[in-house]
Parts: sequence; C-alpha cells; structure tokens
Amino acid sequence: MFQEMLQTLPQVIIDGLTLGSVYAVVALGYTMVYGILQLINFAHGEIFMTGAYIGTAVLLIILGMGFGSSIPSLLLLIIALVITALCTGLLGMGIERVAYRPVRRAPRLVALITAVGVSFILQDVVRIVAEILTGNYIVTGPSLFSKQITIPVSSFLSVFNDASLKVSFFIVLICAIGMMISLDFFVNKTKWGTAIRAVSMDRETAALMSINVNKVIAITFFIGSSLGGATGVLFAIQYGTIDPYIGFILGIKAFIAAVMGGIGNIRGAMFGGFLLGLIEMFASANLSLLTGGIFGAEYKDVFAFAILILVLLFKPEGLLGKAATEKV
Amino acid sequence: MNILEVSNLTKKFGGLTANSNISMAVKQGSITAVIGPNGAGKTTFFNMITGVYQPTEGEILLEGKSIVGLKPDQVAKRGISRTFQNIRLFGEMTVIENVLVGMHTHLRGNLLGIFLNLPNTRKEESEAEVEAYRLLEYFNLEPFINEKASSLSYGNQRKLEIARALATKPKLLLLDEPAAGMNPRETRELTEVIQRMGKEFNVTVILIEHDMKLVMEISEHIVVLDHGEKIAEGNPDEIRSNPKVIEAYLGKAALELEKR
Repeated sequence: MFQEMLQTLPQVIIDGLTLGSVYAVVALGYTMVYGILQLINFAHGEIFMTGAYIGTAVLLIILGMGFGSSIPSLLLLIIALVITALCTGLLGMGIERVAYRPVRRAPRLVALITAVGVSFILQDVVRIVAEILTGNYIVTGPSLFSKQITIPVSSFLSVFNDASLKVSFFIVLICAIGMMISLDFFVNKTKWGTAIRAVSMDRETAALMSINVNKVIAITFFIGSSLGGATGVLFAIQYGTIDPYIGFILGIKAFIAAVMGGIGNIRGAMFGGFLLGLIEMFASANLSLLTGGIFGAEYKDVFAFAILILVLLFKPEGLLGKAATEKV
Repeated sequence: MNILEVSNLTKKFGGLTANSNISMAVKQGSITAVIGPNGAGKTTFFNMITGVYQPTEGEILLEGKSIVGLKPDQVAKRGISRTFQNIRLFGEMTVIENVLVGMHTHLRGNLLGIFLNLPNTRKEESEAEVEAYRLLEYFNLEPFINEKASSLSYGNQRKLEIARALATKPKLLLLDEPAAGMNPRETRELTEVIQRMGKEFNVTVILIEHDMKLVMEISEHIVVLDHGEKIAEGNPDEIRSNPKVIEAYLGKAALELEKR
C-alpha cells in the first residue's frame, strides 16, 4: 500500500501545489481583512469568482479582435491580470465603503450577515451579466498554456509514477508566489504596510499617530481583493470552465486555510493554503487505498475538514498563530 | 503666545458629567501639569483635546484655530500627539517600527511609488529610518531597535511611547502619567528628559501626573481638577498652598489640622 502511495506522490505534489497556491492567495484576502477589522469577509470568495469572469471576458474580447491571436499568450495573461486586479480591487474597496463601513460600529454579527448578503448579490449579478452576454452562465475561457508536459519521474526513481502537468501549472505557481512575496514585502517594509499592521494591532492608537484609519482599511480591501481577483484569472486559465458558484466552496476552503495557518497572520495564510491543497490532493489520490475502498476520492473534503478540526482542537490559534494572552 | 486655548469645555456621558466648564490657556513652549485625584476627569480632558471624544460643549483652539469635531488622525496632523496612561505600544512591532509609525504622515511616499519601488520613495524611507534611530538614541533606546516593543522593560516602554509621540513632530505633546510605575531613578531620568526635550524639539508639554515631586519640579503652570471641574490653577507655589487643593487631596480634616 505504501508503495502505491509513493507512486502517485509526484502527481499529488504537482496538483497540490497548484490548488494550494490558489488557496493561499485567496486566504491572504481573508486574513488581511480579519486582521484589520476582525471581520470574516465572506464576499471574498465571490470577488475571486468575479475576477475569474472579468479575466476570462478580457481574454475573450482581446482574442475576438482580429489581431488578438497574434499577441503572445504571456502578454495576454499579464494584460488580463492587471485589468482584473484593478477592477476587483476597486470592487472590494466599493463593497467596504457601501456595505461594511456603515456597520463597523455595530455588533460583529451584523457585518458578518452583511458579508453573506454581499456574496449572494455578487453571485447573481455575475450570473445575470454572463447570461445576457453569452447566453449561458457557465463560461469556458480560451485555452492558454494548455500544452501537456509529462515529467518522466519514473526514469530517475522507479518507485514513482510519471507525473503530467499543463504549462499553466508553472504560470499559476509563479504568479501566486510572486504575489505573495510582493505582499510580504509591502506589509513588512513599507510605510503603508506598517500602517496596516499598526491599525490591525490598535486602531485607536494608530489614529492618534496621525494614521488615517479609513484610508488604511480601504487600501487593505483593495490589495486583498485585487490579489483574490487575479487568482481568479489564474484559476480560470488552469481549470478552464467557470460558473458563478466556484467562489463559494473555494472561498470556504481558503478561509479554512487562513484559520489553519492562524487567522490574521499573513505568512500563516500562505502556509495554510499550500498545506490544505497538498492534503486535499493527497486524500483525493489515496483515500480509497487507505480505507480499503470504503471512502472514495470524493471524500477528500471530509478529510481536509477533519484535519482542520484536529488543528483547532490542539492548536486553536492556528499553526503559525500566536495564542492570545488575556491580561487579568 | 498661547498655543492651546480651551474654553468652557464640558463632556457628559449620559447623566455623568466627566468634565464641566473647564477653561485654560497653555503658553507656547511651557510645561503645564494637570493634576487631581483619581476620577477627576484628567484623561477625559486629554481625550477631548486629541479628538478621541467629542466635547458636549465648549471650544478648543490650537494656535487660534478650532479643532473641535476633527477626527484623531486629523488632530494629530495639526500637531498634537500623546502617550497613554496604560502603555499602548504596537507590541508585536519592533522598537524602530513603532517610531516609524509615528512618522507616517511625514513620509510623502504614495502608493504608486511603493508598488513601483521608485528611488525617491526608497530614499525617503531610509532617511526616515535614520531619523527614527536618532530619536531612539536621544532616549537611550538604540540598543533595542530591533527588539519587539513588548519585550522592553516597563520604563523603556514609557520612553518609547514618548519617542513615538515625538516622531509625529508635534507642537503640543500630551503625556498621560509618564512616570506611573517607574522607580525613583527612572523617574529622575524622565524628569530630565522632559525638561530637555521641550526646548530641543520645540514642543509644548502638558502632562498628567500623580508624582508630586516631579510635577512641582518641572511645571511652570499647574491646573487642578476635581470631580470634573477646575478648582485651581497657578504656579507650583500657589498650588501647594491652595486650601482647595489640599482639601481635594486630603479632605477637610487635613485643612483643619493645618489651621490648628
């Protein structure tokens, strides 16, 4: 049994990293907003979904124009990423301004329910728009970077099977890691990043140090949402078909990743995302093997959630989180 | 010239009047102390000046311009900074980062410059670090610059709070019980630092303090609050012999004892 698990390992790692990098970047959006407002922004999954649609639309429009197909794929990708990041960033800022700021002083539950409401609105708006424009709300994007590559792992080490991947795997991974590194730099090394950390530690004191709290919160939403939207584009390119409901389950998974890593902790969210992606793909490849066929690959989510429960039982502050000490 | 003028300042929390009809003027470059028994409304008074609370009635003029109705960050930009009775540093940040937060408004670097990592943004940020270092040096905190603020000793945390407040380049600095919890040696050091920095940083200081030795030593003007009202003001000698003040602190019996 162990040998069979080992055989699938290269493929598990590749698929796990792809999915994990998507979780990781989306988890960043949850964790940043939570860190600064103690709000679980359930609409973030929908921002990711909206990003997938905007990106696909940009790609389809450019490719629909006569000269579009002569543009190199990489340039197309960059254009789609930048436009999407700007649009979803502004969308996130808008949502904060219209939906969350008015209820900032209300009990937390109010903001949470507002977030759920915003997420339904986004799902249906995207669905309507997509249906009007294309006649079907399930959209298939153009295939970019879809060349298959087989890595002949078995020729070096015979315990492994060969792994196959699409070129887009590299694109997703590189873009996601690039986004995470820039965010880490931004938050830890720049003036506005320092302001974000100050506001998330103590909003009142930060204000007294002349930091404009509303502006910092708006920037946080802009960054989190533009990263989430750009990841949506990467997702659409990697997995091809999108529908308005992809944001829901992916959003929940990314949220779990954020909690596993320690919510409010940016590096924790990245770590949690990759970990969850790998666990999920491992479960999907090996569950039926491990349980003698009782549970199939479709139980991979159960496996992932069970791990979450274990983490919460034994380290409730998350793997990289710090236990909150209450002063008495 | 008066840098701060407060007239008829009143703050009510529902039925409770925390500050009632307080008027005072603070001279440019002076050190003023606000004293009074616990619960006299001293911190409430500070909170109104810094925009944390909005006064129920009254006017606050900074250099002749009203600051009532401004939000805390706007007040801070006008040039008022403060420290807190219970230390409120950004504990998870390093010592130098705490000071850099204070410099926030003075860094012009906009978001575009940060994202593109433009040279002048970078230059400005490294200049800020040099300035922050000098400020920490002034308070003898430079050995700890890369340590977490929460790991500093109590006395050093108090000093760091003052350094952070000075980083905002205030015209008026409010110190809320700066010597609380300090031992006599630390208090003596602090007294010297406050006296020196007033001149060197060209800042006017108002402080709340219970340590009477410190208050009498450094303040030019003292305002006494009791039950939310101003009961006396004057120079240290006047305050020391003011019967109302003795009564507020020690009760009526003490006064009668003195008369005998």
